[in-house]
Amino acid sequence: MNATTTAGTALTAAGGMDENPLDLLPEVLLAASAVLGLLLGSWLPRHRQWPVAALGAAACAAGIAAAVRRAAVADGPEPAFDGAFAVDAVTSTVRVVILAGTLVVLVLGRAAFRADARESEFSVLVQLTALGALMLAGAQDLLLLAAAYLLASVPAYTLAGFRKDAPGTEAALKYFVTGALLGAVMLAGITLLFAAGGASAYPRLGDELPGAPAGLVTAGTVGVLAGLLFKAGGVPGHFWVPDAVQGSSPAAAALLTTLPKAGALAALHRLAAVPLAGTRAPWDELIAVLAAASMTLGNLAAFFQTDVRRMLAYSTVSQVGYLLLPVAVATRSGAAQPALLYYLAAYALTNLGAFAVVCALPHARAPADYRGLLRARPALAVSFAVCLLGLLGTPPTAVFLGKLEVFTAAVDGGYAWLAVVAAANTVASLFYYLRWIHPAVSAGPRTHPVVRPAARTAYAAAAASVVLGVTAGPVLALLDGPLTR
Amino acid sequence: MTPLVLTAIVFLPAAAAAGLLCLPRAAGRRVVLTVWTAASGAVLALTVALWAGYEHGGGIQYETHVRWIPGAGVGYHVGVDGLSLPLLALTAVLFPACALYALRETRRVREFAALFLLLETTCLGLFAALDLILFFVFFDLSIVAMYFVIAGWGHAGAARAAQKFFLYTFSGSLALLLGFIGLYLAAEPHTFDIVALSAADPLAGRSGYGALVLLAVGLGLAVKTPTVPFHTWLPPAHTEAPAAGSAILAGVLLKMGTYGFLRIAMPLLPGAWRTYALVFVVTGVVSVLYGALVALAQTDFKRMIAYTSVNHMGYVLLAVGAAAALGADTADARRLAVTGATYQMVSHGLLTGALFLLAGALHERGRTYAMDAYSGVAARAPVLAALTGVAVFASLGLPGFSGFVAEFQILAGSLGPRPVATALAALGILLTAALLVRALQGVFLGPLRLPDSPGTPRPFPDLRAHEVASIVPLLALAVVLGVFPRFVLDVIEPFSRTVLELVAR
Repeated sequence: MNATTTAGTALTAAGGMDENPLDLLPEVLLAASAVLGLLLGSWLPRHRQWPVAALGAAACAAGIAAAVRRAAVADGPEPAFDGAFAVDAVTSTVRVVILAGTLVVLVLGRAAFRADARESEFSVLVQLTALGALMLAGAQDLLLLAAAYLLASVPAYTLAGFRKDAPGTEAALKYFVTGALLGAVMLAGITLLFAAGGASAYPRLGDELPGAPAGLVTAGTVGVLAGLLFKAGGVPGHFWVPDAVQGSSPAAAALLTTLPKAGALAALHRLAAVPLAGTRAPWDELIAVLAAASMTLGNLAAFFQTDVRRMLAYSTVSQVGYLLLPVAVATRSGAAQPALLYYLAAYALTNLGAFAVVCALPHARAPADYRGLLRARPALAVSFAVCLLGLLGTPPTAVFLGKLEVFTAAVDGGYAWLAVVAAANTVASLFYYLRWIHPAVSAGPRTHPVVRPAARTAYAAAAASVVLGVTAGPVLALLDGPLTR
Repeated sequence: MTPLVLTAIVFLPAAAAAGLLCLPRAAGRRVVLTVWTAASGAVLALTVALWAGYEHGGGIQYETHVRWIPGAGVGYHVGVDGLSLPLLALTAVLFPACALYALRETRRVREFAALFLLLETTCLGLFAALDLILFFVFFDLSIVAMYFVIAGWGHAGAARAAQKFFLYTFSGSLALLLGFIGLYLAAEPHTFDIVALSAADPLAGRSGYGALVLLAVGLGLAVKTPTVPFHTWLPPAHTEAPAAGSAILAGVLLKMGTYGFLRIAMPLLPGAWRTYALVFVVTGVVSVLYGALVALAQTDFKRMIAYTSVNHMGYVLLAVGAAAALGADTADARRLAVTGATYQMVSHGLLTGALFLLAGALHERGRTYAMDAYSGVAARAPVLAALTGVAVFASLGLPGFSGFVAEFQILAGSLGPRPVATALAALGILLTAALLVRALQGVFLGPLRLPDSPGTPRPFPDLRAHEVASIVPLLALAVVLGVFPRFVLDVIEPFSRTVLELVAR
């Protein structure tokens, strides 16, 4: 549990006048439930460890309530802990997304590890990873960002290899090696930015970096970008994604492809909008090219996958590409922030739904295994189709509106070519989503054993993705608040 | 009448579909089919009432405008004018016809009916939508629903055909979406509202921007219409789809493309439309001729009808392109062309719907669409032969049928502004006449020969009552529209005037 202590040190080390722990209530709740869960787990009988997951779920629910309340009563953005942490629209939204996602993953994990001797460990690791993602989203200081990176990574490595089998070990190793390498690059980048700006806090950097040598700032930015793209699972930090998703349990895969992504993309957006705004580092161009590369490579690689988990893994790589569109135009278009946040929420929901279907059908891997699903399990087949068509961006699901907003932001920010690339990629992705939808709705065997809690989660996620899309009006209005500076 | 009746018409089929899916599994086929027929019948009745309450030349009526996603400039805005009313009515007529036709469907009837009801909602919603995103939502959902109809109930090669259909039309829809975003960002304040956009003409004086937006919108609509060279998804989709699916695909879904030209491209991008109208004229003429020539070469009855759709939709494109040629002396001609284009959409919807249902009836009896497998069918199935004869003559533009009124207006209206193109397009009528009559003669006249079947000879009954009940009203309407066109023309003409005023800005 080195990572927790690292983060803890960073928090206390920030010092200063505004050390109100209530600013970080959702994070504190999650950390407390993780630590308590660990203790509780060692006292509970090995086959009855459900209270640990229940405690985590309660902490998530309380954290969501706290985040929503905080967003409702706060008038404007506020820095916390001497400016090391930001509490604003981005943090609040990502808090809700990550905590709700954690809740879903806890349910999926409970379904997969029921009566398993290590159930409590799984729950605790899930909560710690989510905590790291939360810190990534709110970090307003490069040092806290580095700590959050570690906190989000170390438990995640363990989760990737949680099953202790050969594919899991390979997945964990690959994930760890990539993470360690890119983490080191990120630390080097942070050092360079510190050297250029003479500070690690974003507001100070925002003042200093525009006057700093452009080469130094660019090199530092590239380093930080490397680490965050690893967490987001975007090109070029995407190599771990397919193996980790295939090798780990589907519940862990759902987490790895959703929660750290949300944190990392929020961090990228914050970086673009606060310290790097006004510098001469070619941020927009760099992100735009990486976005195009992510969506194209992800889609091309997903084309002929024969394992549903690898298909979904590459699909998440391509989704990072779409999510990077608003990051590229973060300072150029006012529509970028609501677009990013809405797309993040929509993506998290839909992706978790798709993985929930995979969890619900533990024996179905190849497209042919999904044959006859519509006759045998109509609700599950419909949920699967809704989630895949949702990832594609078919109206009226939430991702459709997310894509609309993201494309609009890109065109508005002067990146119309990127919107065209994204549209072309969306068409390409249709090809492989259909490869899985078609068998699911065609005739076939009527035996499809399902894991019920996971199936129910899938129904709920699919329904919620449609509801979120139809009720986007009030939701979008909430996402457009100023950033902490 | 309250404007809410329009919303009721649009969502009634979807509500019925949801109800069907909630029915207990024990509910039999009969219940499902009754609900389906009743729901689409109710939509038809409501649409007739809507038409009765419509005031000629009163602009947009039955308007409902509710905030939906204000942050994204999207509203729920629906209404009816002289362009949408005939197409709503066409949709409301074709769907019950398909429900009646499918009375003998036995494969997964509940899902089939639910999909058709969902499809009906998307078609009605699209023709009622006055917001670009609302339009897009229905546009995309119609693709999804039709994909499942083709993939789930089509013939042997349906999976590939459905995939091709989805890929092509979906890429078209994304081009459309990019164009819509271009319009949205150009307008100040940003909005997707069609009425607000057509009043503002946001791209006036920005020719480069306007050209790009028209390119995106035009591509999207051209794939859906479809025009040469984006038509290649159409023949396989039609050949593999079940008969009712083909009828809706050709009868209603193709109209979404041409409807988009009249609803979005012309009024919202008048400057760019005038500049690039020649492109649409040429595309239209090429589609007319190419569609007819390729249809001439077909040996598959259904594929041949599919290609005549390319031909018939080409006339619409020719007319809307010709209507952009400005000049005081051509004002009447251009109005004739736009009216003819709208009339052609309705007429083609009825006739091609009937033809596809007839082709389905032929296939159900002979298990093949190959025309050389049949000969002299009239002797065995006189009603089938007679109805096909009527549909064929109506569709080749014989006076007395709706097709004549439509094509005459299109050609007469386009001749002044675009004489050469119109003369070439008139050749297409000759070709279609030749190929349709040849097909009719080959299949239905001559010595009796039916497709071989292993073992006992297959029975070849004449049309059943429910098939007659589904096809005859379509043909009867085509005759009514051919003989008494006034009651529809009175609805369309004010719209033509309005849209031409908008284009002339």
